[in-house]
Amino acid sequence: MATIIETNDTHLYYGKKEALKGISMAFTANEITALIGPSGCGKSTLLRTLNRMNDLIPNVTITGKITLNGQDIYAPEMDIVELRKEVGMVFQQPNPFPFSVYDNVVYGLRLAGIRDKRQLDEAVETSLKAASVWEETKDVLHQSALALSGGQQQRVCIARVLAVKPDVILLDEPTSALDPISSSKIETMLLTLKKDYSIILVTHNMQQAGRISDRTAFFLDGRLVEYTNTTKFFTNPSKQESEDYISGRFG
Amino acid sequence: MDPIRESLLKKSRQSKVERLGKLVSFCCITLIVLIVLAIFYFVASRGLATFFHDKVNLIDFLTKDVWNPSVKDARGLPEVGALPMIVGSFLVTILSALVATPFAVGGAIFMTEISPRRGMQILKPVTELLVGIPSVVYGFIGLSVVVPFVRGIFGGTGFGILAGTFVLFVMILPTVTSMSVDALQAVPRYYREASLALGATRWQTIYKVVLRSATPGILTAIVFGMARAFGEALAVQMVIGNAALMPHNLVSPASTLTSVLTMGIGNTIMGSLQNNVLWSLALLLLLMSLVFNLLIRFIGRKGALKK
Repeated sequence: MATIIETNDTHLYYGKKEALKGISMAFTANEITALIGPSGCGKSTLLRTLNRMNDLIPNVTITGKITLNGQDIYAPEMDIVELRKEVGMVFQQPNPFPFSVYDNVVYGLRLAGIRDKRQLDEAVETSLKAASVWEETKDVLHQSALALSGGQQQRVCIARVLAVKPDVILLDEPTSALDPISSSKIETMLLTLKKDYSIILVTHNMQQAGRISDRTAFFLDGRLVEYTNTTKFFTNPSKQESEDYISGRFG
Repeated sequence: MDPIRESLLKKSRQSKVERLGKLVSFCCITLIVLIVLAIFYFVASRGLATFFHDKVNLIDFLTKDVWNPSVKDARGLPEVGALPMIVGSFLVTILSALVATPFAVGGAIFMTEISPRRGMQILKPVTELLVGIPSVVYGFIGLSVVVPFVRGIFGGTGFGILAGTFVLFVMILPTVTSMSVDALQAVPRYYREASLALGATRWQTIYKVVLRSATPGILTAIVFGMARAFGEALAVQMVIGNAALMPHNLVSPASTLTSVLTMGIGNTIMGSLQNNVLWSLALLLLLMSLVFNLLIRFIGRKGALKK
């Protein structure tokens, strides 16, 4: 299995506070990797270092090396705009722009300078279909995306990321604000997406991690405790903390 | 009677305080409403007397361009065409808003997006301070700096629409800027994050997402600035030249509704036609500020619906 992203002894500090304490792990292409752990364990922070969203926060220091396809993404010559096109991100709260569904989906393409109407129309249809929200939105493409339900908005946000054709999709608790039916639609969709994309998913929901991920990484207090095959992690974890966590003894 | 029943039926101290509070706030709002109604009634009764008592034709008042209330024309009617002042008022308002908008929006973008820390700690308080400078100070600076400057470049006296525009531009700039800052700050952070995560540069994020989402708020800011410019009297009167003539260019002396009012209201006799037409101008101003207010509410509501 090919490695797509690799972190090597990554430390991250918010001011003086160390939020990531030396994370070394490799993410495999065309798999779903779940990052789990209690609140404040650093899983979302790690996710946000992978497309450099932490750059937006003042006083953040990052050391260690993170590579995407072998390229150091924190190298000074790295183009952050290109990086974010390769590594797309879906947030916890559905955050469509206050534009029409259509304008939301083609946002990234228009940024890239694509003006051809047919090409945009096509991208809208394929992306919305891939995000399994086409049936619900095809008649309201030119109405505001904010009129959709939360679950539909989140899938439009995923479609918006897919339209840019990234290699990696980062999802930060994408279903925690949604109802169970919308969540299961998104889970099914992620399973179909993994043949074309590498997916890294932060989740609070251990059942979700167990259902859809291939590998699970368990974080505690800024450290990577265990990172292994999902089935093995949930049936036969090798660390005591992992076992305590999945059996609900804390967290 | 048993004590529980008694205490339930008796009015408690809290409920009395509650009633008192309601009463006090009701009195306050009644006073405000009464004052507003009284102002409207007073201005309207005086302003309409021109048309009912002195038999001036409303259409003539709004479209004729000769302003000479003490002289009667061939038909024996006073010459009270207010068009020069109406045109003057609208010209300075629109021109100053046109000049101020790009600077205000640009400044607001700098304060919220480019350098938020310096923007919020230093620049925003400074702009808000500028709002509080008395208009006579602006007028005085206009008189001693702007007018000679305009005279030096375009010749003539230097008084006129252009000088008025410059002064109003400086006066409304802080208002429009600080309201635009509020509009930009109201754009949620997650819109910016979503845009950046899709590979947008900071500038693309600003003009494609932030400005677009903040448009209703920025329009409100501009209309607010225009309302202020339209109603400004003293500073404009000091630099516009105060000739009740149709402005043929931007550097010849002209006048606005407000400047004619401030010049004339103390020099006319209550109840005379000369005084009544000034009230008609005041009524026109009042109605225009009402229109600006409605416009602000309309834009605000439209923006709210979009979200």
